[in-house]
Amino acid sequence: MGKKTPLYDAHVRAGGKIVLFGGYDLPVQYPTGVIQEHTAVRQKAGLFDVSHMGEILCEGEDALANLQQLLTNDFQNMTDGQARYSPMCTESGGVVDDLIVYKRADNRYFIVVNASNREKDFQWMLQHQFGQVVFTDVSDQYAQLAVQGPLALEIIRKLTSEENIPQKNYHAVFDTEAGGIPCIISRTGYTGEDGVELYLAAENAEKMWNLLLEAGKEEGLIPCGLGARDTLRMEASMPLYGHEMDETITPLEAGLGFFVRMDKADFIGKAALEAQGTPKRKRVGLKVTGRGVIREAQDVYVDGQKIGHTTSGTHCPYLGYPAGMALLDAAYTAPGTQVEVDVRGRRVAAEIVPLPLYKRAK
Amino acid sequence: MELREDRKYTKSHEWVREENGVFEIGLTDYAQSELGDLVFVNLPQEGDPVTVEEAFADVESVKAVSDVYSPVSGTVSEVNEELLDAPEKINESPYDAWLVRVTEVTEQEDLMTAEEYQAFVESNQE
Repeated sequence: MGKKTPLYDAHVRAGGKIVLFGGYDLPVQYPTGVIQEHTAVRQKAGLFDVSHMGEILCEGEDALANLQQLLTNDFQNMTDGQARYSPMCTESGGVVDDLIVYKRADNRYFIVVNASNREKDFQWMLQHQFGQVVFTDVSDQYAQLAVQGPLALEIIRKLTSEENIPQKNYHAVFDTEAGGIPCIISRTGYTGEDGVELYLAAENAEKMWNLLLEAGKEEGLIPCGLGARDTLRMEASMPLYGHEMDETITPLEAGLGFFVRMDKADFIGKAALEAQGTPKRKRVGLKVTGRGVIREAQDVYVDGQKIGHTTSGTHCPYLGYPAGMALLDAAYTAPGTQVEVDVRGRRVAAEIVPLPLYKRAK
Repeated sequence: MELREDRKYTKSHEWVREENGVFEIGLTDYAQSELGDLVFVNLPQEGDPVTVEEAFADVESVKAVSDVYSPVSGTVSEVNEELLDAPEKINESPYDAWLVRVTEVTEQEDLMTAEEYQAFVESNQE
């Protein structure tokens, strides 16, 4: 048994199949099943309980300086409400976690981290803090709900006025409300679709969940579990900590170079990443051309020679074929390269394809 | 959970139906509902031997792979190739979507009746 999110009882009542994830008991799917839940998000809208995510405040005169040192991205020149994604590296360039930093106001930042890394991240921040800064783990105070899909914004508009909804991706409106419930509305997500994530007090979670489901009835909004969350992010080729990156994989190898600002004066891991130079391994997409479903941690071969391993893999419901991502010897990563994946002793043919596998039409 | 009286059941959630020495094997309604949407089936070939309580096939849902165990020892006489292109038939009608037919059966495990299987599933859910 894990920790429960404030919506645990609602998930059980809705017939959610509960599994342990990141230390939390969460629904992997509802009776609708992963494929229908996935399809709802691609075509209409889906509602996710992501309250397991961790929230950490970073506040004080030296808050920005601390973030600049802790994280690989650059947090200067942010407007209030703006969000930026970033890896957080170890001294040797591996990844402690990947996270999102919101600027709430000068000297006030709101950081969202992975559930499974929450305690590790918080300790890491405390160990490396300097000057006038206070890190506070506020995870238990917050519930987080994600409404994702092409109709997500229409649903939110029924519950709040237009000025409370961020106009641009990776922006949030703090201190606002939806359906009369105080919340933060963020234009972010982990599905490859448009949508919002709402942060709110844990005690209001169930009320908000029900309001959203009611508001989205006509649009076809349905609750979605972790299964669909994983297949959606996989199709959209978004990296997942513990799969595409971990403390032994650098952000450059994981294809996250855009979020590593080597032009910054310094950050933890910079020297190691500089010394390593151009990565020898690279994250790629794999489309299965043979028969079988590839999964994580399976060896990948070219002409009988092992060139790396898969980091994620599943049947992609919207694309309609099995696919995955792999960390491979950079010499063999040109799109179109034919490879084989060892699926429990059987070699399954696959082809290297560009990332992302799925990109929504604008 | 749907059950059929005309067949027997295993603890690993397969069903077996015997007719004139031909054993048809499939997955139970409970199994398909636990596995979720099936997207791939890996079946043996005609003529392959199967061994009681050993895996002879695997089925993949969106989330995971599961082995299918043989309730009997014998020889595969027929494979339901329709499932290779349409694994969702197992979700839609688990008791029609047989995986293989086995003949020359030399051994079979202790099988449960529909009633016993229902009690078994219920006791495991508590």
